[in-house]
Amino acid sequence: MALAIARDVVVEFPVYGRRQQSLKRSVLRAATGGILATDARDHVVIRALDQVSFELAEGDRVALIGHNGSGKSTLLRVLAGAYEPVSGSIRVEGSVASMLSITLGLDMEATGYENIFMRAALMGLSQARTRDLVDDICDFAELGDYIQMPMRTYSSGMLMRLAFAISTSVSSDILLMDEWLSVGDASFSEKAARRLKSRVDDAKIMVLASHDMALVKRSCNRFITLEHGLITSDSTSYPT
Amino acid sequence: MNTSLSVRSVARALEDVADGLSRVRIWHMLAWQEIRQRYRRSILGPFWLTISTGCLVAGMGPLYSKLLNQPLGVYFTYIAVGFVLWQLIAGLISDCCQSFINAEGFINQMKLPLTLHVARVVWKNALMFAHNSVIVFAVLVFSPPPFDAALLTSIAGLAVLLFNALWVGLLLGMLSARFRDIPQFINSLLQVGLFLTPILWKVEMLGDWRWFAIANPVYHFMEVIRSPLMGDGVTAQSWMAVGIITVVGWVVTLGVFAKFRARIPFWI
Repeated sequence: MALAIARDVVVEFPVYGRRQQSLKRSVLRAATGGILATDARDHVVIRALDQVSFELAEGDRVALIGHNGSGKSTLLRVLAGAYEPVSGSIRVEGSVASMLSITLGLDMEATGYENIFMRAALMGLSQARTRDLVDDICDFAELGDYIQMPMRTYSSGMLMRLAFAISTSVSSDILLMDEWLSVGDASFSEKAARRLKSRVDDAKIMVLASHDMALVKRSCNRFITLEHGLITSDSTSYPT
Repeated sequence: MNTSLSVRSVARALEDVADGLSRVRIWHMLAWQEIRQRYRRSILGPFWLTISTGCLVAGMGPLYSKLLNQPLGVYFTYIAVGFVLWQLIAGLISDCCQSFINAEGFINQMKLPLTLHVARVVWKNALMFAHNSVIVFAVLVFSPPPFDAALLTSIAGLAVLLFNALWVGLLLGMLSARFRDIPQFINSLLQVGLFLTPILWKVEMLGDWRWFAIANPVYHFMEVIRSPLMGDGVTAQSWMAVGIITVVGWVVTLGVFAKFRARIPFWI
């Protein structure tokens, strides 16, 4: 069972430490970004999501489309559970795999092997489950003996390969991605693409924020367009 | 924004605390990670803190016992235990201000209970204290305390201190995330705190200024841990102060946490 239901979700970022007088009682609409406004107590706020409602069901491959700052990433973070809406409600059922920051929590002083356990714990995997997966992760990352070396000795490509291998080691009901993940050199990136494709296929719901029109047309079946934090269209074909 | 204190928000705050504390593996690993990063490639690692505290105690002990006209043996134990405890308490308070600010990356990207970040800070300081407490053991070898049930009081006192550190971390973490001047203010307070708390001097020396120590909450926490090691009993007054601080601290913190928990990601 996997679903995600948002009802009138509003997310506002208060902006502290700015001189607020000039913005008081004024509403500015910029070319990109959320709407700047003031809340009840005259704090300047950025309304990143404005009354966003949708229902995602199994089989949905959702593309979030919109300018920089239109609210795509904020919406992904709401779905990931990092942000709670200021008003409205969000209900997510099913295990969520967030590919929003696959290197978060990695420790440069620890070995690659130790980091597998660290990341896996953050992903909510038990120690026993991680032990079952660890060989597969090591093989996939193709780091050889480097897996026993401190991660500060890794090149950025090696680091990304390991982070990718860990993050894609298990399937989940709901997969969240901010831009399609692509890592490594030619041969690895092909293998990574296959792995990611299979994780996406396993997932009951995928939500992908991307600017790559060709890619989302190819991999999504539902297109939600955001503008200034508002959903301006939600359809099964790419908006023209 | 609904800022009234509903049953539901209190329940979710309690759930956050319970969930955060139960993820032992994550906060243990993150705490070690932080220590390891601070002492990267150093051979002695966190034992450098032990060495610096040791030097401080070895240097100041004899001088102050002379200045304050105290018998060296007992006084030495007194300031050794006092200093090590002060470093734990000051380290906790100072790090607690950063508990959410430093976890920005995690808080903005992942669904993790916020209490987990506080548990990490408290555990990191407990691990540092474990290294530092070598000094206490070394000193106690020379002037062993009476090995009786009173020693268990010290351990209980330490546990209560760490339990209190959790609410301090939640409350100060929230305040500091919202008002960025708070960590600066707390840090300047801590610098003078070393001298205002009975660590170098004893409460008896205050004469009719005793209230000055008694009004200091840190003093009571020190008392319940330090006194048994000195072979003295803990006063009922100190236990009562510690009890009241624990209860009031947790109640107030849970109220504030329930009300503002969901806002924290937007403050950092």
